[in-house]
Amino acid sequence: MSDTSTRNGAPGAVVPGRIPLRAGPVSLVWRPRTLFVPLLTLGVLFLGVLVNCGRGDIDIPVGDVAQALFGGGDEGNRMVVTELRLPRSVTGLLVGAALALAGAVIQGLARNPLASPDILGITAGSGVGAVTVIVFGGAYGGVGGTLASVGIPTAAMAGGLLAAVAVYALAVRRGLSGYRVLLVGVGVNAILTSVLSWLLLKADIVDAGRALLWLNGSLNGASWDTLQPVMWTLLVLMPVALLLSFPFGALVFDDDTARGLGVRMTATRVALLFTAVLLTAAATAAAGPIAFVALACPQLAVRLLRTGTPPLLASALIGAAVTVWADVLGRTAFGNIELPVGVLTAALGAPYLLYLLIRSGRARTS
Amino acid sequence: MTETTRTPSAAPQDAGAVRPEVRLRAEGLTLSYGERTVVRELDLDITNGTVTAIIGPNGCGKSTLLRAFGRLMKPTAGTVLLDGRPIHGIPTREVAERVGLLPQSPAAPEGLSVADLVARGRHPHQSWYRRWSSDDEAAVEQALRATGMFELAERTLDELSGGQRQRAWIAMALAQETELLLLDEPTNHLDLAHQIEVLDLVRELHLTTGRTVVVVLHDLSLAARYADRLVAMKDGRVVAQGAPSEVLTEDLVAEVFGLRARVRLDEETGSPLVIPLSRHGAKAADGA
Repeated sequence: MSDTSTRNGAPGAVVPGRIPLRAGPVSLVWRPRTLFVPLLTLGVLFLGVLVNCGRGDIDIPVGDVAQALFGGGDEGNRMVVTELRLPRSVTGLLVGAALALAGAVIQGLARNPLASPDILGITAGSGVGAVTVIVFGGAYGGVGGTLASVGIPTAAMAGGLLAAVAVYALAVRRGLSGYRVLLVGVGVNAILTSVLSWLLLKADIVDAGRALLWLNGSLNGASWDTLQPVMWTLLVLMPVALLLSFPFGALVFDDDTARGLGVRMTATRVALLFTAVLLTAAATAAAGPIAFVALACPQLAVRLLRTGTPPLLASALIGAAVTVWADVLGRTAFGNIELPVGVLTAALGAPYLLYLLIRSGRARTS
Repeated sequence: MTETTRTPSAAPQDAGAVRPEVRLRAEGLTLSYGERTVVRELDLDITNGTVTAIIGPNGCGKSTLLRAFGRLMKPTAGTVLLDGRPIHGIPTREVAERVGLLPQSPAAPEGLSVADLVARGRHPHQSWYRRWSSDDEAAVEQALRATGMFELAERTLDELSGGQRQRAWIAMALAQETELLLLDEPTNHLDLAHQIEVLDLVRELHLTTGRTVVVVLHDLSLAARYADRLVAMKDGRVVAQGAPSEVLTEDLVAEVFGLRARVRLDEETGSPLVIPLSRHGAKAADGA
């Protein structure tokens, strides 16, 4: 399908390092990394799902899990794997993909590897929304039925959007890049975190317990029903994000240069920000605020693919794989104690954040 | 504005249709950042195929004017016409196909390769599915060769010297293949040799491709030598415009910059040279 020949008839690239891949009106630059890294990630992700589905009250060998997933093997295994255990892994991979995609978009928008929905307070906004429903929605842990399945995601989205609008309104006047937006985000985050504490203090003990578990970011109790909102959000927003990835690529530049290249900055930004907020909120609603996936995975993707902006698709895949494997680790690495996935990602992500901070500090002083 | 223009022959004052050779026109242009007005009721024509240098002291509004020419700023009053049409009525992308702009200090990730940077200049000609057509390839190759950056195409930006970096950015603007090129202090932070290198490049581009160039420059002698036309600005207004030898006089330097200077014609090039004089008289008092 590709025509890699050039006008001179010589194979390869006319411009060094940019090998063309063309078919009809479609054209792109061929980079082995943009194909192989996502493929490899898919493999790692699939393996993670197999291992994760094997883990439970009765451990099932990976080979049998694979058979069960493809509709073969023992019928009992098949039931356990697809009905009981698979939803947990699928929720994990959807949530991870959504968070990492949101993180990639926000980091590109802010032109800052330290920006992420967690740090900008969007995740905390979703948390406030969801916890409000958990705490006030019904006495004594009584949130259930429609209120839980529709109310919590809706409240999480509303909270996330409000937080994003607040950050945008406070920071946008001087442009959305640089440290100003981060500082504003940290401030908004602090306010929302204290609101969360207040909510937890006001709640009765059962609700508070439930809210706390949720706030840790856990895939426990995931079912085919609870993963619906995040699945649909991702199904709709993933193509949107990929369409937006074209103007997104020009956002590596300062505003004037990007505008000079014909990017409609305000429209592009608002669309991207909206996408990121919805993804974060949907993911947070499904599994609680799973820390650092949105921050670390896009940077991992940048380093693996060696791109200027966080690559959207690869970030999402890496987010999915990291979250599923963090869940596997949390369930298996500590004997009988199962740690929520959010604790694991936080434990892995925090040192990484420190590393980024130290590195950016060094780049500044040198 | 008539009283501020010393060369009436160069400033078309007829209120009729815009002559076709006028590519960019500022009409009663007022530009402000919030409350602060930077350019006031300015009229200026940029003629096809010329190299125009805008000179003036810091804060005189020259960069702001350039931003308005590139549609990066909405005027508070007046309009900018691109080929006779109000530039703000033209879609962003169409402007980007006709006007290339290099801001004063453009920013890009340091890990970006030169080839990738220059390829981004093709953005207005691309779409989400058409990202590296043979036209793109040809334009980028040509831009890299014209700027002497072809051999360095696979280097990343942090591996380049200041002059090479500036040439890479100019290559990006060239790859955009616009007939108009707006350059905001392209020689900023460069040593003298690199300044000459960049200006030679601009001159060469103009001669070989007939591009219309508007460039903001600080060095008066260099501006006079490389531009067909000089536009001198002060306090957001055009003080003088025309051929360098007509515009660049001792009186003008005194008026615009508040600086005593001697202006001599260079024997070899015939263009005016500005020799600034100290405020303290013939011999500068060191450490005063």
